Amino acid sequence: MPIETWLTFVLGFMIIGSIVALELKDILSSIISIGVVGLGVSVAFLFLQAPDLAIVQFLFEIFAIIILVKVFIKKDYHYEEPSRINKMLIGVTVITLAVIFIFSISVFKNIPPFGEPLLHTSKYYLENGAGDTGAANLVSSIILDYRAYDTLGEVTVLFTAILGSVTVLRLSIRKNKNKE
Amino acid sequence: MIIYLLCFVLFLVGIYGVITKRDLVKIILSLAIMGYSANLFLILFAYKKSALYPILEKGVDVPMVDPLPQALVLTSIVIELGTTALLVSLVAKLFQKYRTFDITKIRRLLG
Amino acid sequence: MKRQTGMTLIVKTITRLTVWLIILYGFYIILHGHLTPGGGFGGGVIIALAFLNVLLAYGREFTDKWLKISFLEKLESLSIILFLLLGITALLAGKLFLENFIGKGHLYHLLSAGTIPVFNIIIGIKVAMSLFLVIWILSGLKLEEGEEA
Repeated sequence: MPIETWLTFVLGFMIIGSIVALELKDILSSIISIGVVGLGVSVAFLFLQAPDLAIVQFLFEIFAIIILVKVFIKKDYHYEEPSRINKMLIGVTVITLAVIFIFSISVFKNIPPFGEPLLHTSKYYLENGAGDTGAANLVSSIILDYRAYDTLGEVTVLFTAILGSVTVLRLSIRKNKNKE
Repeated sequence: MIIYLLCFVLFLVGIYGVITKRDLVKIILSLAIMGYSANLFLILFAYKKSALYPILEKGVDVPMVDPLPQALVLTSIVIELGTTALLVSLVAKLFQKYRTFDITKIRRLLG
Repeated sequence: MKRQTGMTLIVKTITRLTVWLIILYGFYIILHGHLTPGGGFGGGVIIALAFLNVLLAYGREFTDKWLKISFLEKLESLSIILFLLLGITALLAGKLFLENFIGKGHLYHLLSAGTIPVFNIIIGIKVAMSLFLVIWILSGLKLEEGEEA
């Protein structure tokens, strides 16, 4: 089978999974559905010849599910009764997004068909990457040699996000301890 | 072209969730869906017909796919997880203060 | 009798047997990052998941004794400083910031590619420690007994 058929199947599966995740009433079921969508992304990366990304996406998906389940599992999910305003909001949103989708079709007609890469700068990386850096994995050579600034910024963002989360939660834990 | 359109539909599903859902956990999940769709879109651009993964092997010389978007998406996935952890901790803090996940109720409590 | 924390005896025994294999696999992924798929990000998450396995099976008190959380926090902050120092060392060696200043070696060898394996190790430590810290903080959170305002 050609790769387009497989990708269409996986993407349709992901769309159905995300709609199910958003519409379910139970919070545990919707978190698990999001996990299914993330594993679909991982499979799509494998079809698109990106094994690096498939490994990282798979592991991070497991990690995100564990975080979400561990924090939100014991909460009683209060059922929100559908009010008239909410129904109107849903209707207006769906109509607006459908209009955006119809107008965007002409935009997608203008980009080259699937299977022809758009970026031409990377020809240099493919031809000279191994000679310049000495690494066989070209993705690794890009993120750690050609674009190491990018990685430095990324590590800084990760550090800041973790610092924020630790600061927000540690205050409350300490307060509880003082009360005891 | 149909694959690009399906990827865009996935992004629109994420936007729909962010706008209409009132539950904070569902909003986090919608943001995650939008992130998946954006990452997948970049990798779809990089694919070349009948090409292999961008890792050199001894004695094998085949055309390879574009490694630059893969490097960008690799950092993007990690940052996405960091922001998800930050959002989860903020939502937990909000739950401790207001005892609910519903954003309309939280707005009413603020007065 | 001591209060039982964590999961049952079966889970604890299996965890004791497998956690070192998981950590070894994480180190393998990190060290071969410049030759095969993987690298600092993937390997770091594998190590963090191994620690998380211990945390889920044995409970918080044992993990605190086994891993020394304050040491992990210092290691996390130290790794980003190491990243910067390695970049500045390249400046001292007469190259650009973050440029490769060690010899490139032979292609396909384990000890090759100059600074790329070193950066991979630093990023692996960074990702593993920071993700495990997030899980540690979130596992100590008790939403039900949370105080009002």
